[in-house]
Amino acid sequence: MNNVNITIDGLAITARSGMTVLQAALANGLYIPNLCNHPDLAPAGLCRVCVVKVDNKKIAISCKLPVQDGMAISTEDPEVMQIRKSSVELLVAYHPLTCLTCEKDNDCELQRVAHYVGVTQEGMKRYRRSVRTIPKDTSNPFFDIDHSKCIMCGICIRTCDELQNINAIDYAQRGVSCIVATLGNKPIAQSRCESCGECVVRCPVGALAVKTAQAPMREVSSICTYCGVGCGLFLGVRGDRIVSVRGDRNNPVNKGSLCVKGRFGYDFVNHPDRLKTPWVKKDGKLVEASWDEALDLIADNFSKSKGDGFATLASARMTNEDNYLLQKFTRSVMETNTIDHCARL
Amino acid sequence: MTFTQLQEDARQEWNALRNDNNPQIMIGTATCGRSAGAMAVVKAFEQELEQKGITAHITEVGCIGPCYAEPLVNIAKPGKPTISYRNVTPSMVTEITDAYLVGEDPLAHYTLGTFGDGKIEGVSRVLDTPSFKPQERRVFRNCGVIDPTNINHYIANQGYEGLNKALTMTQEEVVDIMKRSGLRGRGGGGFPAGRKWEAGLKAKGTPKYVVCNADEGDPGAFMDRAVIEGDPHSVIEGMIIAGYTIGSQTGYIYVRAEYPLAIKRLEMAIAQAHEKGLLGKNILGTDFCFDINIFPGAGAFVCGESTALTLSIEGKRGMPRVAPRPRTTEIGLYDKPTLLNNVKTFASAPMIIVKGAEWFASVGTEKSTGTAIFALTGKVNNCGLIEVPMGITLRQIIYDIGGGVSDGGEFKAVQTGGPSGGCLPESLLDTPIDYDSLDEAGSIMGSGGMVVLDEKTCMVDVARYFLDFTEIESCGQCVPCRLGTKQLLEILKDICKGRGKEGDHELLYELSHSVHGGSVCGLGQTAANPVLTTLRYFKSEYDAHIYDKCCPAKVCKSLISYVILEDKCKGCTLCAKSCPVNAISGEKKQVHVIDQSLCVQCGVCMEKCPNKFSAVDCVSPRVKTEVS
Repeated sequence: MNNVNITIDGLAITARSGMTVLQAALANGLYIPNLCNHPDLAPAGLCRVCVVKVDNKKIAISCKLPVQDGMAISTEDPEVMQIRKSSVELLVAYHPLTCLTCEKDNDCELQRVAHYVGVTQEGMKRYRRSVRTIPKDTSNPFFDIDHSKCIMCGICIRTCDELQNINAIDYAQRGVSCIVATLGNKPIAQSRCESCGECVVRCPVGALAVKTAQAPMREVSSICTYCGVGCGLFLGVRGDRIVSVRGDRNNPVNKGSLCVKGRFGYDFVNHPDRLKTPWVKKDGKLVEASWDEALDLIADNFSKSKGDGFATLASARMTNEDNYLLQKFTRSVMETNTIDHCARL
Repeated sequence: MTFTQLQEDARQEWNALRNDNNPQIMIGTATCGRSAGAMAVVKAFEQELEQKGITAHITEVGCIGPCYAEPLVNIAKPGKPTISYRNVTPSMVTEITDAYLVGEDPLAHYTLGTFGDGKIEGVSRVLDTPSFKPQERRVFRNCGVIDPTNINHYIANQGYEGLNKALTMTQEEVVDIMKRSGLRGRGGGGFPAGRKWEAGLKAKGTPKYVVCNADEGDPGAFMDRAVIEGDPHSVIEGMIIAGYTIGSQTGYIYVRAEYPLAIKRLEMAIAQAHEKGLLGKNILGTDFCFDINIFPGAGAFVCGESTALTLSIEGKRGMPRVAPRPRTTEIGLYDKPTLLNNVKTFASAPMIIVKGAEWFASVGTEKSTGTAIFALTGKVNNCGLIEVPMGITLRQIIYDIGGGVSDGGEFKAVQTGGPSGGCLPESLLDTPIDYDSLDEAGSIMGSGGMVVLDEKTCMVDVARYFLDFTEIESCGQCVPCRLGTKQLLEILKDICKGRGKEGDHELLYELSHSVHGGSVCGLGQTAANPVLTTLRYFKSEYDAHIYDKCCPAKVCKSLISYVILEDKCKGCTLCAKSCPVNAISGEKKQVHVIDQSLCVQCGVCMEKCPNKFSAVDCVSPRVKTEVS
């Protein structure tokens, strides 16, 4: 693909043709403030914060503007700064200032952008402030929706549409009443949402927040135990407790995506009901046993059941390699071809 | 059937009606006429004719424009000019019937004037009156003249002649004539129609679509409705010509669901055009096929924006597409090349083909040719729809056509272009009406709304009123429009309530520019115009509100007080009796007093105080009340 040369605030950079100005800037380590942009999604151009001036003439939004050779981009033009600042100040004017107790504190794009464009307490005094009073939607077991914090960037809607193809949410109503809503504006738990949480991790503010989120003390790179896909993830740990999970964007299998089980289903690890030793039925009653005792019992029984009296049902939670071994064992040791797998449809 | 045969049949029917020995009664029953009571007048005439055994044709026609004279009844007697009776009520029907239908007394005091050749003593010719003389009826040529439900009336008046002619031309020739006419999009944007048609023709991809934007959403604008209700075939013919020109077989009319009569008229017109072989397969015996669907809009103002409109037809949420984006002529409805024009643009096309580009460009200015239609309303004597040559001045419209400010008031400003337009002061009254001059003055041509404001209008309140509309009608997708209009509105509301503060001026100005420069579509980009123009031309009113807590026009309730003048009050007690909150006290024949802490500024006391006393005055800023 051809490269093109452009300048941003006088700095010469090279970009691949087909890139947008915003992509080119970010790829070259230059920050242009933005809110509704996400690298996984098609640009929407709604927040108007990434506005720039092209060739000292035209105002354009950099997230939708394709690079062209010789283009001169200004991000510090007075008109650009005015539009950008107004947009951010407007968002702040209608956003709750409860940053300290917000889950996204320090990880909030609105904070970052407000800081960058120079939103000050003095400047905000000029505005009429108010915050939406729509009650929180707490119907989902894993995350909450707080409309008062929503900046209507549409990232959640586009994630659900472009990445997940679920389309559980969309815009509803008009003007200032415009909200992100499910069909019929029902609680999210009554919608077709599959709770994958992909929108939650992309939400630039605290409008979508994991219910039980705790910042981890350390993170451990791991593979999801749920199925044979083998998604890469980071388990956030405090002491010996898992307190968070996030997808590994560098993992070639899932590129950061996770499903509801992988992202939110880690309770079982520390659950008191979890089986930690084998149980064996003695005199019609299940009792705890040692591994040796259990395996001996299995080996005894297997030895007596070779041939067509035997079948295996493999689990999707095992790796491909484990499943291979199981069928090998079934065919050559147990001498039968009666093999099935729970993911076979 | 050939077109010549169609024309002959139609002319026969039309002439038979014209030359009939019985009188013809034409009653304007478009929506405007109906809301003024025209249907009751129709009924009254029917009963009257039956009772008295008079033979006459009653024809329901569209609207000729003068709302102030509705319901309008035109009576044509053989060999006489048509007399137009104004403000006809059912109770006047007997008198008119006896005097003019039976007798020869034209009842001059009831008339608006006469149309056509000849003169009737004591009645002036409508087209010679100052209100009509400057007008040039082109798009409205048939409105109020023909029966909109009868295709033969349209055909007899050069209808479908443009289509017949266009079908003998090449597509490029049609584009060329449209380009040379200089016609600019009548939806408000003013994009040259010929260039758009050319882009539609050149666009690659099939199928192509023709879409007529009849989603007339501006409050106070109803010219598209009048054209559709009064002359639906002109729009349909324009669309068929457009379809032929760009190579499309399917057209859509996106019309407001709030226009049930317009939809009915369109449905009827489409069915009639089908019957005559003017729509459908092999139009007029050629290979060209074209059909039109009606799509009723769901009531969102923003769906008048072309990209939102096409998404809405697709069944999606009507939100404007974000620029940079391909033009609708390249990627429009169902992502296919789409030619989208306004009702009046399509209605202009047939006569351009018939009469030629030069004829069309013979009126108007160099860059804005042809005529413009305005809905003249507000504090003006003659309100209604007017069609004038481009380039006419605001002053001519308001004082000649409009008959000046109503109730002897003083002119203050004129608001053009609907909620996204601007307010222009007296000093700009000589501004010629065309796309570019209005833009320069800070307003827009827009949909053609024109509201005259007198000295009793508060300009801050006007800005607030329009922002109230745009704030609700914003689609909500982009930040400057969604939140910018909200913030502007809140500041304006505060100023009107006396809560304006130092710095509001600057913030209004700053935000207006950001909303203008930062919004996605035309709605947001023009939403701040009412604020910017009032700030530009009426800054002193903002200052008075913010710093002196005074509303010079005495409109903003929070900034006014009603007081009783001691030297004038005679203690008649009328005010005290009518006060809804019992804020007025005083004995009979004693001076009365308004308790300002109870008063709600309804103004009833001022209305009730007899003129001979005029003892109640309205003052701003407010009278200071003692804090007890």
